[in-house]
Amino acid sequence: MMPTASRRLAKASLRHLGLALIGLVMVYPLIWLFFASFKTNTDLFGSLGLWPERFVWDSYAKGWQGTGQYTYTTFFLNTFLLVVPTVLFTVASSLIVGYGFARFSFPLRNVLFAVMVATLMLPQTVILIPRYLIFRNLGWLDSYWTFIVPAMLGCFPFFIFMMVQFIRGLPRELDESAVMDGCGPAGILFRILLPLTVPAIVSGTIFQFIWTWNDFFNQLVFISSVKKYTISLALRMTIDSTGGATDWNQVIAMGILSIVPTVLVFFLAQRYFVEGIATTGIKG
Amino acid sequence: MKNRTMRHALWGLLFISPWLLGFLGFQFYPLAMSFYYSLTDSSLVKTGDFIGLDNYVKLFSQDKDFFPSMRVTLLYTFVAVPIKLAFALLVAVLLNRNSKVMHVYRTVYYLPSILGASVAISLLWRFLFMNEGVVNSLLGKLGLPGVDWLGDPDVALFTISLLVVWQFGTSMVLFLAGLKGIPSELYDAAKVDGAGRFRTFGAITLPLLTPILFFNLVMQLIGALQEFTAAFVVTNGGPMKATYLIGLKIYDEAFLEMRMGYASAVSWVLFLFILLVTLILFRSSNRWVHYEDGGRK
Repeated sequence: MMPTASRRLAKASLRHLGLALIGLVMVYPLIWLFFASFKTNTDLFGSLGLWPERFVWDSYAKGWQGTGQYTYTTFFLNTFLLVVPTVLFTVASSLIVGYGFARFSFPLRNVLFAVMVATLMLPQTVILIPRYLIFRNLGWLDSYWTFIVPAMLGCFPFFIFMMVQFIRGLPRELDESAVMDGCGPAGILFRILLPLTVPAIVSGTIFQFIWTWNDFFNQLVFISSVKKYTISLALRMTIDSTGGATDWNQVIAMGILSIVPTVLVFFLAQRYFVEGIATTGIKG
Repeated sequence: MKNRTMRHALWGLLFISPWLLGFLGFQFYPLAMSFYYSLTDSSLVKTGDFIGLDNYVKLFSQDKDFFPSMRVTLLYTFVAVPIKLAFALLVAVLLNRNSKVMHVYRTVYYLPSILGASVAISLLWRFLFMNEGVVNSLLGKLGLPGVDWLGDPDVALFTISLLVVWQFGTSMVLFLAGLKGIPSELYDAAKVDGAGRFRTFGAITLPLLTPILFFNLVMQLIGALQEFTAAFVVTNGGPMKATYLIGLKIYDEAFLEMRMGYASAVSWVLFLFILLVTLILFRSSNRWVHYEDGGRK
């Protein structure tokens, strides 16, 4: 029988070996994708290795030119024009609505709150078609209003729920002493509670940024002109329109660029991310 | 005094009014309308006539895609979700100790979930699993025959499922949070009683994690039953409709065939199905989900 110390060491190494192997499987595809953007077409197919046999340096520059009349400058700008207001309005409306639910009593409050939470489980697929028709009647199709207005109107119950939970955790005495000092309900929210909800605001911003950035389905349905395409749509268009003799490295290069903002945000705000998801749950 | 309560209530209503508007306009009304459309022969260009349950009758009796599509969706859901959650739980248990290295692992495992079903990831999947792709050349190196991952109708759905399982990170983080919440005294007590590792897991860890397992299960099932992007971009429903999930069918009916009424009927069948699955889960939860207050509350 082995002495306990070395047995423990052996066990620990085994665990780390296992965990490292899983980790490798998790990230290898992503690393492969990165190096693939520098490979030649022939090298791309049927090679397991990461390192390109011959480096192609211009796949990013050429891919950026796009296939049609618009370059990826347009597509990136479009994506930001869609994502940034959507995120800001989601967080703002969720904070305000969350405050209303967390701190006020009014008729039917509990029923409305239950309804709000229940909409978390409402399948998006079911309301898609009428939404499409509503947006068409309003003349919003093929514009980013289809994303921005629902964000303004608290159509993301997940974030409202998160805000309610967070605000409920803040002591009510704060509000009461603010009332003593002559602060009104809006003043309490913006002067007293807002600074304290920063962690919730930050995780909300990050989550919504990444989800909106990655969203493909809604963009596919609501945005139709290439001029307004986001990166996801542009990327899919490139994939579909390219035949056999495609420079796949260019497509891959644009694919890499399309995930850079997400990955960047993830690493910069990792702490908030994991904590946010751990305390509020949901999605993925 | 009465006046003050009323003012308070009015402020509350004012603060929740954006949501109230959004709920009525973009959730409740669309839900009602989609049911109404499902009883009409509406097309993309005009609201059609009321035709009663014709769409539903046609769906169940004549549509040759519907049942295969439902079958594929169920197969996908009940393969991908359990594997994903089992894996997430296993990794969470392995990761549940405090050290810097564990943080690195956690980050690495979580990264794919962040990227979600983005188009770039679907593109990556195509490259990994095509015939001359990375996976087959790895199999070749090991002396194994290649698999037609995307072209073989019996395999393609599994290939799509793998993409979802790969993104187990979010569920894993939730499990980790749950594991951290289990009081260590319970484990000490189990040790004193001489319980082995598997016994401890079965008697303490798993029961205390059931609320999170339940939550994960509900959210993942609802998500999986509506899956779209992965199947749309990686295989576009093929080969031979082997990955033609019900989400793809709804999209096709509505925006390619432009049959809004009929598409609404399909989406309502899906909705009712999701409702049924969720209800069954909630009903069954009394039996297997363990709450610390004994489920009373």
